[in-house]
Amino acid sequence: MPSPLKIAPTFASAYRTGPIPRRFFLGVVNAAVQFATQMLAITIVFNQTESLGGWSREDLIVLVGVHAIVSGILGMIFSPSISSFLESIRLGTFDFLLTKPVDAQLLASVQSVAPQSTVDGGGSGHYWLWSGTAGAGFGLVVLMFILLLLAGLCMVYSFMLVLASMAFWFVKLDNIMNIFNVMFGNAGTWPITIFPAWLRGMLTFIIPIAFAVTIPAQALTGALTVGNVALTFALAAVFLTASRFFWRFAIRQYTGASA
Amino acid sequence: MSSSTPDFSKPSPRALLQFYRGQFAAALGFNLAYRGMVALWVLGSVMQPLVLIVVWQTVSEGRDTGMTAGQYAAYFMVSMVVSHMTFIWHMWEFEWRIRSGYFSPLLLRPVHPIHHDICENLSYKFVGLVGIIPAAVLMALIFGADFSGASWRSLIAFAPALLLAMALRFVIEWCLALAAFWMTKVASLNQLFDAFFLFLGGQFAPLGVMPEWIQTLSFALPFRWSIYFPIQVALGNITGADLWIGYGMQPSDRSGRGRVATDVEARGLPTTAVERSHACLHR
Repeated sequence: MPSPLKIAPTFASAYRTGPIPRRFFLGVVNAAVQFATQMLAITIVFNQTESLGGWSREDLIVLVGVHAIVSGILGMIFSPSISSFLESIRLGTFDFLLTKPVDAQLLASVQSVAPQSTVDGGGSGHYWLWSGTAGAGFGLVVLMFILLLLAGLCMVYSFMLVLASMAFWFVKLDNIMNIFNVMFGNAGTWPITIFPAWLRGMLTFIIPIAFAVTIPAQALTGALTVGNVALTFALAAVFLTASRFFWRFAIRQYTGASA
Repeated sequence: MSSSTPDFSKPSPRALLQFYRGQFAAALGFNLAYRGMVALWVLGSVMQPLVLIVVWQTVSEGRDTGMTAGQYAAYFMVSMVVSHMTFIWHMWEFEWRIRSGYFSPLLLRPVHPIHHDICENLSYKFVGLVGIIPAAVLMALIFGADFSGASWRSLIAFAPALLLAMALRFVIEWCLALAAFWMTKVASLNQLFDAFFLFLGGQFAPLGVMPEWIQTLSFALPFRWSIYFPIQVALGNITGADLWIGYGMQPSDRSGRGRVATDVEARGLPTTAVERSHACLHR
């Protein structure tokens, strides 16, 4: 196991792209636009109906809040790191990462940090205030929510890692993360339960959006079933293991910059 | 303006035509070579209307929202085509162009850089149609789109509406992209602009189901005329005098280039970004 101290210097990358206060300010502006957009979307939909496939207005605000937390975490660590990783494969600088005495997958996954993205996650606090279910229950419910959220994050991370590992074969892949963001940004803000079966299957097992957003949100809205919880944890383990194997298989394709 | 700066305002039409031929062929070659990249972008354009069809068909189940499930499917299918055909990404690219210095070679050419961008944009749309059209057909079949209002006449009326919308949106967003000359981070501005298209343009929902104030506001702003108007023309929901009013609104300078360009000039800033960059280059 690598000690956390060894990874800590990589967090210095947070200072790389500009003064932090200004980036936080821009992060706040971004989050505000995002928040206004999503609230307006929910308002327009619920002007026409009281329930969207069994989800009330408050439930949907919770869901959008969970989506904001997940995108905040992805945007803070995994997206910038995976972008740096993709770039380093193309440039050949991935060589340096391989020579370090820490597992390459770990380093590739946390090498860059964008602290302004914490605003996205923190800003989602607003959603709880707006939502009627805020404070409906603490203790076990919150614990379950956090565990499910972590499991969901594991799955999304695994999926991103597998996508990024394709760069060992295809080299120029910057757009592929874009596609993930479009999928996650569009389909992730709506409950997975309203989609037709074929699309739901895709969004559950191929691109695991359901588990990252809908199921943790259900923990808070009280619509959770035992089967879903078990499935989430089981799938998280499967996704993590599979992506680890895929990474180790893919890294063998890397020929290096000097070879 | 120094005398050594070339005059971009009056290129000879013949030279320009020759430039367009060459540049369009090059841009087409680029998009065909990177067709994987185009396919990924097209997949991205399919996602939003796909999700919204599901959302609005769910809303319309068992209640009257003024539109049937089939009409929602048709609306978002055409919305996808119109959004693809009017799409421009330069406001996201200018920041990178300026930061990386990629703009300099474009500015050194004796032709205004907008011509390069028009070729790039049109060739992408052209190649992208190979993915968008089958996606639209599939979408219509799977979600049972209802085109009962559409006819040959509405399709013929759709052609100029779409062309004007393409020109309108391109000019507005290209002007918006120029903001990158003054601001180093334009992502927030761009995001806000996208939100305007979503709600005031009718990408999120047909304007008819939107709140009153959005509908009223949309008449005065360009977003409605670049997305919602062509969609409704294609579906046969806009005919007669309204059609001609819409055609008139689309190229109106007030809602398009004029506003942005005069705004920029009024502040005493260089008349065009091109000159400003030239000033930077000569410094």
